[in-house]
Amino acid sequence: MQVPASFEFERAESVPHALELLERYGPEARLVAGGHSLIPMMKLRLAQPDALIDINGLAELSQLGVEGDTLVIGALVRHAALLADDAVGAYFPIFHEAERVIADPVVRNRGTVGGSLCQADPSEDLSAAFAAVRADAVIVGPGGSRTVPIREFHVGPYETVVEPGEILTELRVRIKPGAGSAYEKVERRVGDWPVAAVGAYLRTNEGMIVEAGLGLTAVGAEHFAAPDAEAYLIGKAAGEDVLREAARIAAASCAPQADQRGPVDYKRHLAGELTYRALSRAAERSRA
Amino acid sequence: MSTPMGFGRMHRKEDARFIRGRGGYVDDVNLPGMLYGAILRSPHAHARIVSIDTSAALAHPKVKAVITGETLAGLNLAWMPTLSADTQAVLATDKVRFQGQEVAFVVAEDRYSARDALELIDVEYDALDAVIDARKSLDPDAPIIRDDHEGRADNKIFDWEAGDKATTDAVFAQAEVTVTQDMLYPRVHPAPLETCGAVADFDKVTGKLTVWCPTQAPHAHRTLYALVAGLPEHKIRVISPDIGGGFGNKVGIYPGYVCAIVGSIVTGKPVKWMEDRSENLMSTSFARDYHMRGEVAATRDGKIQAIRVKVLADHGAFNGTAQPTKFPAGFFHVFTGSYDLRAAHCEVTGVYTNKAPGGVAYACSFRITEAVYLVERMIDVLAMELGADPAELRMKNLLRSEQFPYTSPTGWEYDSGDYQKTLQLAMDMAGYDALRREQAEKRDRGELMGIGIAFFTEAVGAGPRKHMDILGLGMADGAELRVHPTGKAVLRVSCQSQGQGHETTFAQIVASELGISPDDVDVVHGDTDQTPFGLGTYGSRSTPVSGAAAAMVSRKVRERARQVAAAMLEASPEDLEWAVNESGGAWTVAGTGAGKTIQEIALAAHSSLELPEGIEGHLDATCVYNPPNLTYPFGAYICVVDVDPGTGQVKVRRFIAVDDCGVRINPMIVEGQVHGGLADGVGMALMQLMAFDEDGNHLGASFMDYLLPTAMECPSWELGETVTPSPHHPIGAKGVGESATVGSPPAVVNAVLDALRPFGVRHADMPLTPAGVWRAMQGNPIRTDLAIS
Repeated sequence: MQVPASFEFERAESVPHALELLERYGPEARLVAGGHSLIPMMKLRLAQPDALIDINGLAELSQLGVEGDTLVIGALVRHAALLADDAVGAYFPIFHEAERVIADPVVRNRGTVGGSLCQADPSEDLSAAFAAVRADAVIVGPGGSRTVPIREFHVGPYETVVEPGEILTELRVRIKPGAGSAYEKVERRVGDWPVAAVGAYLRTNEGMIVEAGLGLTAVGAEHFAAPDAEAYLIGKAAGEDVLREAARIAAASCAPQADQRGPVDYKRHLAGELTYRALSRAAERSRA
Repeated sequence: MSTPMGFGRMHRKEDARFIRGRGGYVDDVNLPGMLYGAILRSPHAHARIVSIDTSAALAHPKVKAVITGETLAGLNLAWMPTLSADTQAVLATDKVRFQGQEVAFVVAEDRYSARDALELIDVEYDALDAVIDARKSLDPDAPIIRDDHEGRADNKIFDWEAGDKATTDAVFAQAEVTVTQDMLYPRVHPAPLETCGAVADFDKVTGKLTVWCPTQAPHAHRTLYALVAGLPEHKIRVISPDIGGGFGNKVGIYPGYVCAIVGSIVTGKPVKWMEDRSENLMSTSFARDYHMRGEVAATRDGKIQAIRVKVLADHGAFNGTAQPTKFPAGFFHVFTGSYDLRAAHCEVTGVYTNKAPGGVAYACSFRITEAVYLVERMIDVLAMELGADPAELRMKNLLRSEQFPYTSPTGWEYDSGDYQKTLQLAMDMAGYDALRREQAEKRDRGELMGIGIAFFTEAVGAGPRKHMDILGLGMADGAELRVHPTGKAVLRVSCQSQGQGHETTFAQIVASELGISPDDVDVVHGDTDQTPFGLGTYGSRSTPVSGAAAAMVSRKVRERARQVAAAMLEASPEDLEWAVNESGGAWTVAGTGAGKTIQEIALAAHSSLELPEGIEGHLDATCVYNPPNLTYPFGAYICVVDVDPGTGQVKVRRFIAVDDCGVRINPMIVEGQVHGGLADGVGMALMQLMAFDEDGNHLGASFMDYLLPTAMECPSWELGETVTPSPHHPIGAKGVGESATVGSPPAVVNAVLDALRPFGVRHADMPLTPAGVWRAMQGNPIRTDLAIS
């Protein structure tokens, strides 16, 4: 049995209270929500925080719904809730397709959207999905709230712009007409981290691509995105040759690393293959 | 489900407690004053220990003791004998020889403090080059791992051969067709959900040591503790409680067990030690790790004549494989499989590497897993060379039923079989010809579909004792049966279930022999103070050996009952007939209606009834069963896969498994065991892997990295059966626990490689991960035992 080192435990009653506790315990305190990354790391003693601040009771972080033309996803929304939400599935099938292949139902019942993004694992599925749809992240700190585009949210592996005294509170995604999205992942076994995965978001107008978003994970894509491939797609018809070329550009822009999930050449190949598959389905949906 | 009088489907008696969460496992043992142990492990694969400073750990307010190799050396316990007549460090004294090796043992008031204190121990290491690639272990410049052996100049453990080299070479020299293929059966782990652990309680007053430990072989453990620790054997009690999966992982004695015992002796308190998951995957046993070169000689029209094999066997840092003493490569030399051929020869070289010891575990039937994989892959390699259909090629070469009992070219005597019938049934269930037609159509469209076949013959149920022993302990099993005055019975056996359902099937055996309900038979096992001696549960030997003992001891009781019944009926024992009808078993006087049921006889046996001279009262009996031969279960498996050509992902679409394990006592339990083994096979074939980087870092030390298959990767299994009874087993049963684990990996691998036929791929090593499949398609296969670069 793996056991963590000792730590203090506090339950936050509100967001201001959580901020106060973060201030009190300093940079070695950690917020805990679903705990599905942090607790295993503590049991393996890869993480030894001085204090855990439990934010699971903060209902104001669990909102999930459409406000005007924006889908708002609270940081504390569980994976299972995102997967179960009909509006999310209707506007952004990419989220449902990603959630279906994230971990397993037990983890999805507990793990949170905000926790996944803040963990900033370089293989995180939701980081790619949010990068593809160009979400905004809302961060609250002692000085008030600020909004950060998701493509500026991750600074590097396991690093984000959220400062020690701050809390990610919600993700906001604009809903636009004529959009389609899809998510493609290859994993060694159900519930595993991806060998590679790609989310695609396309908006077309009279057959022409007017907006393109590509999120790639586990393949060393900077900010989980493929801007060159996205730029290439704008103004073109979403035909097979165009999508293949975009996939080639996306694959070339990755910097995958070999590990036991696969060698570099395979991961690069997958980045291309999955980009093509995701783009094809996103294009089909954008026309529907 | 109604309860049958003997054999048949009935719910498992043990499930009543398991499904209520009322099982009792070693970690459920809590004794007054119990302390907790934790092990400090080596971060290096190979390093000299310069110094160990335990002072800070000892200063921790909740730490009661810190034990090091030096402490143990003072007790002559720093090294312990392995099951292969080698030695293994309990706690390292001179060097560490694999990552995760045991270095120090902390005993504290709770498990948190014990774990905290590990970080207070300061060990200075002098890192050495490690031997990781087994293929380089015998290079002249390879570091010597076992410099504790006096005069050792290399890393070789043994050279061993079986079969007739000269005849085999002669057949090869004349052969019309030969094929050669290198293949690796990679290192895998049994990975039971319950890890290993122990609670040791040494009573200083009585001198009695009680060890609770999830062992598959409680009696063998007791004897070994007596030999290792020098404690008198009658003062040792080993209790193996409910076990959360064994698969071979719980055969051996691990350093943690010895440390818990020493901890209890040193502190005078009970000490519990439980491995965590990473410790289990890194240190306590592994399986396989056979680098094999197979060669087949055949005629142009597909008659196999000979097989030749060379094996490099990676045994890790200590030779701790568990197998009969005579056979350092286990039963690998059964590699001629199910085929009729003229000659065979194998050479096996065992080597040390800087990896964990172990070697035979994980439902392998003493290396038959490797042997069946080799021969079944080689048949497909030959089929590809000849352009033959793999099913037809097998059908042509399988042993025929009239050849049994059959003596193989490497000396095995197969007891019974009807192989063609079994393969034909599997092909019929699969719709083999239709599948081949579908495959041809799909290939025309660029889709990849594969059909894989494996036919296996197992050899399970070791002894006989004259051929098979572990550290001198012969492989025969005792059994003891007591029938109470009211006709209820208690069977005591030496083996221990890890999920096989002994409490049910063994009760069914007794019930069948005595004509009573299985509900009226309790099975006692897992406690050396309460059960007769025997060698334990592994190598699918429980039903072949202890199950036979249960039948034989029941027959002894039945004979005693005949004598008592004769006195009751005032008849001659020879005039009595045994009969079982729906109301139970009874001895009746031939030709009359007069008779006595077993319950009536039991009461009389304990009563004031005058018994003839020489007839003891009561109905109890004991026996020891020494099997005359192994039993040879077999089966035909067919796997159908679809492979995504763009990603290399494999989907197992169908799996047809026809098993012949002789007479089935409880078909439901047999099917459950087959299901588990098939899932194991999918795991090994497609995802399970313990690779090491060049520094010897273990790359599969958690369930995030070492992947167990889930229901999502498994199809709905399609099972079939044929029944060819074992002629020498009292109830005609053969073992089945490992059949599916042995037979399924080659079926899956053959299916994937069949799918890849358009790419000209002849072989790729397990596990066939998406990356592995894609690389094979590129003609650049991955070396699966090393880090992917």
